[in-house]
Amino acid sequence: MEDIVVLNILVLGGIALAAAVVLYFVSQKFAVADNPKVAAVEECLPQANCGGCGKAGCHDFANACAQADEAAFAGLYCPVGGSKVMQQIASVLGFAAVEKAPTVSVLRCNGTCENAPAKVCYDGVSSCRIAARISSGQTGCPDGCLRLGDCVKVCKFDALHIDPVTGIPVVDRDKCTSCGACVNICPRHLFEIRPVAADGSQVYVACRNTQKGAVARKNCSAACIACLKCTKINPEVKVENNLSYIPDTVDPREFGEALASACPTGAIIYQRGTASKETPDD
Amino acid sequence: MTKLKTFSIGGIHPDKYKITTDSPIQDAGLPETVYIPVKQHIGAPAKILVQKGDKVKVGTHIADADGIVSADVFSSVSGEVIKVEAVEGEFGYHEDMITIRVEGDEWEPSIDRSPGIVRDIPYTPEQIVAKIREAGIVGMGGAGYPTPIKTAVPTDKKVDTLILNGIECEPFLTADDRLMVEKAEQIIIGSKIINKVLGIQNAIIAVDENKPRAIAALSKLTKRYVGVNVQACATKYPQGGEKQLITAITGREVPSGKLPADAGCLVQNVGTVYAIYEAVLKNKPLFERIVTVSGDCCKHPGNFLVRVGTPASFLIEKCGGLCDETAQVLFGGPMMGTSAFNINAPVTKLTSGILLLSDAMTHKELGTDCIRCGKCAEVCPIGLQPFLIGRLVRENMFEETRGCHVSDCIECGCCAYTCPARLPLLDFCKLAKSELKRKK
Amino acid sequence: MLKISTAPHLTTSRTTPVIMRDVVIALIPAMIAAVLFFGLNALLVIATSVAACVMFEYLFSRYVFKTGNTSGDWSAVITGLLLAYNLPSSMPVLMIFIGAFMAIVVAKLCYGGLGKNLFNPALVGRVFLFISFPVQMTHWPRPEFMNLLASDAQTGATTLGILKHLDAQTSATALTAGQHSLQEIPGYWQMFVGNTGGCLGEVSALALLLGLAYMLWRRVITWHIPFYYISTVFVLTAVLYLATGDVRYEPVTHLLSGGLMLGAIFMATDYTTSPMTKNGQILFAVGCGALTVIIRLYSAYPEGVSFAILIMNAFVPLIDKYARPRFYGQGGK
Repeated sequence: MEDIVVLNILVLGGIALAAAVVLYFVSQKFAVADNPKVAAVEECLPQANCGGCGKAGCHDFANACAQADEAAFAGLYCPVGGSKVMQQIASVLGFAAVEKAPTVSVLRCNGTCENAPAKVCYDGVSSCRIAARISSGQTGCPDGCLRLGDCVKVCKFDALHIDPVTGIPVVDRDKCTSCGACVNICPRHLFEIRPVAADGSQVYVACRNTQKGAVARKNCSAACIACLKCTKINPEVKVENNLSYIPDTVDPREFGEALASACPTGAIIYQRGTASKETPDD
Repeated sequence: MTKLKTFSIGGIHPDKYKITTDSPIQDAGLPETVYIPVKQHIGAPAKILVQKGDKVKVGTHIADADGIVSADVFSSVSGEVIKVEAVEGEFGYHEDMITIRVEGDEWEPSIDRSPGIVRDIPYTPEQIVAKIREAGIVGMGGAGYPTPIKTAVPTDKKVDTLILNGIECEPFLTADDRLMVEKAEQIIIGSKIINKVLGIQNAIIAVDENKPRAIAALSKLTKRYVGVNVQACATKYPQGGEKQLITAITGREVPSGKLPADAGCLVQNVGTVYAIYEAVLKNKPLFERIVTVSGDCCKHPGNFLVRVGTPASFLIEKCGGLCDETAQVLFGGPMMGTSAFNINAPVTKLTSGILLLSDAMTHKELGTDCIRCGKCAEVCPIGLQPFLIGRLVRENMFEETRGCHVSDCIECGCCAYTCPARLPLLDFCKLAKSELKRKK
Repeated sequence: MLKISTAPHLTTSRTTPVIMRDVVIALIPAMIAAVLFFGLNALLVIATSVAACVMFEYLFSRYVFKTGNTSGDWSAVITGLLLAYNLPSSMPVLMIFIGAFMAIVVAKLCYGGLGKNLFNPALVGRVFLFISFPVQMTHWPRPEFMNLLASDAQTGATTLGILKHLDAQTSATALTAGQHSLQEIPGYWQMFVGNTGGCLGEVSALALLLGLAYMLWRRVITWHIPFYYISTVFVLTAVLYLATGDVRYEPVTHLLSGGLMLGAIFMATDYTTSPMTKNGQILFAVGCGALTVIIRLYSAYPEGVSFAILIMNAFVPLIDKYARPRFYGQGGK
């Protein structure tokens, strides 16, 4: 009996010792030298790991920040945390903060069920990227929203929902962090990250159809028909390829209302200022 | 006749529905207007040579191949060009097309319209390839790869076997079947033309055993043409796939990412071979083809000789029109074909069939989750694991699908056909393929 | 309005519920055999088990896990049947409910439901009962052919139980308590039709083979797993038998007794908990067979099928990772 006890102690102890030695060497060999700055930066980050900054998650971003010099740091930006977080990181690293206007994702399509009625019925898997491969979509507009919600599925912040009445996704501006996931996933490239004015107002062309006006109107009553009326309100508005585009430089507080009311089809959308998004003033 | 041949990995047996196998090829007639797309092939769209208002004849060269991987386009009717701009195509996207209003039926005088069969081939291989190129011939089985490039095998590769693909494994379609029955001798002469280019003497015509009439018609002639053999194959989908057919006939496998020529084979669809015969010996460019109009909602199904550019709706009307039950109009077969957004879209060089299908036949109610039955891997003719690819794609892990060899997928649809959970496995594979291509 | 959809436009009619229903049909012969040999008690156990499984599936998938109601796809019926087939006919009803709860809720729905569970639910239920209630689970009523009202008071041992406790030295003379003699082992024919002690569904190899034939005909499963599983057991025991001449290794008895047929035909072939590729399935089946033999011959338990399959279930993700199908154009000329 004694022998068995001793044997057990020896065998198990031996295994434990061998495992400890292996663990020791492995941890030596694969040790990661961690910059203390990385941990400090990481603490400031939102930890959403959304990839909106262009890096593979928050840790990667913190690494990049810690290694960056002043100039390189200016090129780094966490869209989710916004200016506030960047300010914190800057103070940790001892750099000057980068100031960027808050942004939000907008859907550049107004092809609602009413504006662009379905011409065929899509009977397949609920994925825009798959549906875009087999047709121009139910509405016939080759650049319009497919209404199947790939963007909703990819949004990590619950900021996108398909409106049951209009059929197209709606951005919840309070929740949107402009991480850019929707921009990347949409097969029609309908999302754009656009700055929000100080009072929260925004103006943009909700259409990406480059067909001629008459053709575009056949599929969607809210299509941009390149009538050039918007360019008369503000000459900075550009019309190219039968499609109007309002650059960021056009101040929505000043021109938003006028642009939206000038558009005959309703392709220009003006979001009235509700000061919902955190503004640089606060 | 020897034992039926077939490929060893995977494959399925869908219902055949070959309802038009006994209907002779009829002339579809001329529509009022034809819409001829400038891109009916893989590669660059052809450059348009005509302008609005130009008068064209049947066989007039109206668009020129842009580069090597491209193909010429010919007018299929005589009349006046009324529009040279983008028109809504099959998928609802606008594509560049030449719209011609039909006036009479005047053919280019160079085309030999006599009914006799020409049997002499007085051309050199180079002349033959040039003639094929000048006729705008592309692979008519559906891939649309320009035939002259495929036929002119690079000198560093040795092709010893010519296979004529008369399999037509898609349900419903009988265009190739009828062509083999009615134009057997022309097809065999066509194979001799390709033989001359390749510098070999033999050709194997692969036909699946559910086409006894085609096998009989061809076998009767093989006595007179030395080197041509008819090989009956077991009926199994996707036997008509190039890789599968090579394996079935020769036992060789085309290495991953390589061409059939690397396995010493050249596969040509019988429709393409017929077009080669007409181009080389009858001076007739490719502007018409056989189209099967069929489906469970088609009142008068049949096989038609159709001019390229004829709107599908013209053929549908000819066959009794759409009925209440028609839920889908397909271009091509039900396994690999596409469902039409716009039924006024034209028939192209690649349209082998137009199918009118009911909701009952095509409805895919969404299924359960994957039950891990492994049937998709069992039927995949390439030996892929579609369930794995599907799982990765659902998580947007496209880079990882590279390790699953998804780029070797031939998009036959066996996996999605057989999935008891009705998962869109083929869609996942296609998505992964295009994402990988985009990233490369 | 026309419909557009992605290719392929035709799909098989053999959807998940159809396949599951086919499995249920394949299990019916074994049910008939169970009732013939164990009377109406067997029917009671089966009915309780199926009802409990479907009820748990319905309640928990709908109200607790909120995965949507999946009780309509017949998979819970299969679990219920298989669980019942792994119980003796004298099993108390309350315990069957506990087994069904373990099978459906713990082993299946907790993992995410159909297609996501790692272990075969029916086997988890059985093994849980086996460990928790060893007395009831090893109380084997004597089979009485065509006696529907057979009481379960008369008990006997299973063939494997007899083999396990076979006292070779004393078999000719007086038996010590708990030891059995060779004469108790039923003949091959009796074991084949099912006139032997054991769990409800496992006794009749004939009924199970009928089920196998139906599943093969309907292409629900392929022959690989049952064949490799059963032949591994047969070959290993035959080798041992020939080498030692010990009657405990007698291969045909091993083939026909215990849960081998039931396990190899219905449990190891469960889609979800078996490998997805052919070569993986062969590896899995051989592993099951080897483990079954090891447990049967060298452990304290007389029967090892359930443990063998559960252990191999745990290896399935690993097998799936490495057992890839042959890939076109990879090896060919």
